[in-house]
Amino acid sequence: MPGVQRIAGRAVALDRRDVDTDQIIPASWLKRVERTGFAPGLFGAWRQDPGFVLNHPGASEAKILVAGSNFGCGSSREHAVWALQDFGFQAVVAPSFGDIFRNNSVAAGLVPAQASEESVARLFAALAADPDAEVVLDVAARTVAIPAAGLTEPFELADYARWRLLEGLDDIALTLRHEQAVTAFEASRPAWLPAAAG
Amino acid sequence: MTGRLFDKIWDRHVVASPADEPPLLYIDLHLVHEVTSPQAFEGIELKGRKVRRPDLTVATMDHDVPTTGLDQPIADELAAQQIARLRRNCEVHGVTLHPLGSIEQGIVHVIGPQQGLTQPGMTIVCGDSHTSTHGAFGTLAFGIGTSEVEHVLATQTLRQAKPQAMAVTVDGELGPGLTAKDLVLGIIRALGTGGGVGTVIEYRGPAIRALSMPGRMTVCNMSIEGGARAGMIAPDDTTFAFLEGRRHSPKGKLWEQALDDWRGLVTDEGAAFDREIHVDAAALRPAVTWGTNPAQSVTIDDVVPDPGALSTPALRQAAERALAYMGLTPGTAIRDINVDAVFIGSCTNGRLEDLRAAAEVARGRRVSPGVRALVVPGSARVKAEAEAEGLDKHFTDAGFEWRSAGCSMCLGMNGDILAPGERSASTSNRNFEGRQGPGGRTHLVSPAVAAATAVAGHFTLPGDL
Repeated sequence: MPGVQRIAGRAVALDRRDVDTDQIIPASWLKRVERTGFAPGLFGAWRQDPGFVLNHPGASEAKILVAGSNFGCGSSREHAVWALQDFGFQAVVAPSFGDIFRNNSVAAGLVPAQASEESVARLFAALAADPDAEVVLDVAARTVAIPAAGLTEPFELADYARWRLLEGLDDIALTLRHEQAVTAFEASRPAWLPAAAG
Repeated sequence: MTGRLFDKIWDRHVVASPADEPPLLYIDLHLVHEVTSPQAFEGIELKGRKVRRPDLTVATMDHDVPTTGLDQPIADELAAQQIARLRRNCEVHGVTLHPLGSIEQGIVHVIGPQQGLTQPGMTIVCGDSHTSTHGAFGTLAFGIGTSEVEHVLATQTLRQAKPQAMAVTVDGELGPGLTAKDLVLGIIRALGTGGGVGTVIEYRGPAIRALSMPGRMTVCNMSIEGGARAGMIAPDDTTFAFLEGRRHSPKGKLWEQALDDWRGLVTDEGAAFDREIHVDAAALRPAVTWGTNPAQSVTIDDVVPDPGALSTPALRQAAERALAYMGLTPGTAIRDINVDAVFIGSCTNGRLEDLRAAAEVARGRRVSPGVRALVVPGSARVKAEAEAEGLDKHFTDAGFEWRSAGCSMCLGMNGDILAPGERSASTSNRNFEGRQGPGGRTHLVSPAVAAATAVAGHFTLPGDL
């Protein structure tokens, strides 16, 4: 997984709250056994509306999605993250995220940038005024900016998530450094705990 | 802050707390199904890793399995391929699989408790957000994504920042005919769909204590619909009575040791929570959702609400969108809304107790003409037990379809779906747009209300029939 430092490009403004992962990628797409090929399914139902933001001119080049609160609630499907990435998004900016979606994003290398309601409202306003404006997201500095509008907004991203995203680290490799501790822990587990064999 | 049930379970599973990294949490049980695991197994193999604890990993097929014609090959080619992949992955990696056709097959959150694999004090994860179900036993159980599935397969651990703890205290007593489903929909209405984000909920209070284990599972199951990744209930004699004698429950001396330990899994008196809400059980009435998220519900005695009465522009906008999608007008009485389909099943309400409640209503009655009514047991064993009691006969005599176990119309992956514009009364957990099929309109209700609604053709209570 390559590291991500700075993302600059078009943004899509999706001014809706509680966008669930069933909307991001409908269940019919979950039969795939690959991690790629999900872009055509992204917001599959909503894209049937010609006026939907993803159908606007230039949206197909967008790198940043700006959305309402509780983005990615619902189903645990990481396919939602893969579909956003497959379409070209590298970051989502929202006032809050579903917990599982946020973890999935960091694991897969999509930046979940949590900005305040006020910051997101200012981003929406600037993008409404100029949908073509360049948006610049700086992972190290934890800021998202629209330079043409003179806007720079801070966002939250946990230190560990930031480090992993910047370096593109393999989480499993990091954990395997603690294998001795895991083995020691296993020796101390109570005898009554269930095991599948038998 | 110590002394909370959540802390007690969390603390005993911390393997390591490296500086500047989230703690490493040991996972006692990893449940696996066909939809969120293939990419994880592939990742393991591409990196030359192996499954660390196949003995703590249990797989089944539930999300896209057919619920009819099990003697035929699976017609959906992609589903068949995904199911074959799970079979292959379990064989190669030595993981126990309960395949289609086995008496142990079923919805992953139904079979864990059924086999006694779900026990107090454990950590349980699965690539499915309704893993919160297992919290009913006083376990820390939550849904994970596929990258985390791969992490657990390879290391039997997860890195998790510690969530906050929220208490949901339910005072009073549920009225007659009120169920765990009405209770949890009432809790989510109070909480809001994102109200529990970043927290683990502990459900407490007399109305929770009075619930059966299936009822407690229904409540914990829907924690995620309030945004909380996990919900839990301290174990008590109801829990222990449910567990005793099950296939994977401890036996003999180990059972006594386990009981000693489990009795300590309570929140100590005076322990503080990061957040706390109270719900009055006595004030609840049977719940029906009207919108496109599970927090958008009213009681069956109410009318479709007016978005204009909501407190914020964002909530108003969401309600207006929801009503447009649902094809509903503010002021319409809930009882005047007709349905095209009824679905009884899912990890929320697909257990024997749920089927009994629905069958009691169906018995001696007829499904309304023009309504398609499906009953899908949560597991093959639930199906067999229901048949042994003759429940299937009550359903089929009344005109309900009696299906085989799976997730079915809860998420409509297997072809059990609504047609565009069709409206359902469903005992499942999500009324999201298109959840039960593109353009489908879902109203969440309890099993008894679903069965009564099938008979009447519009939302109604069993007592009104």
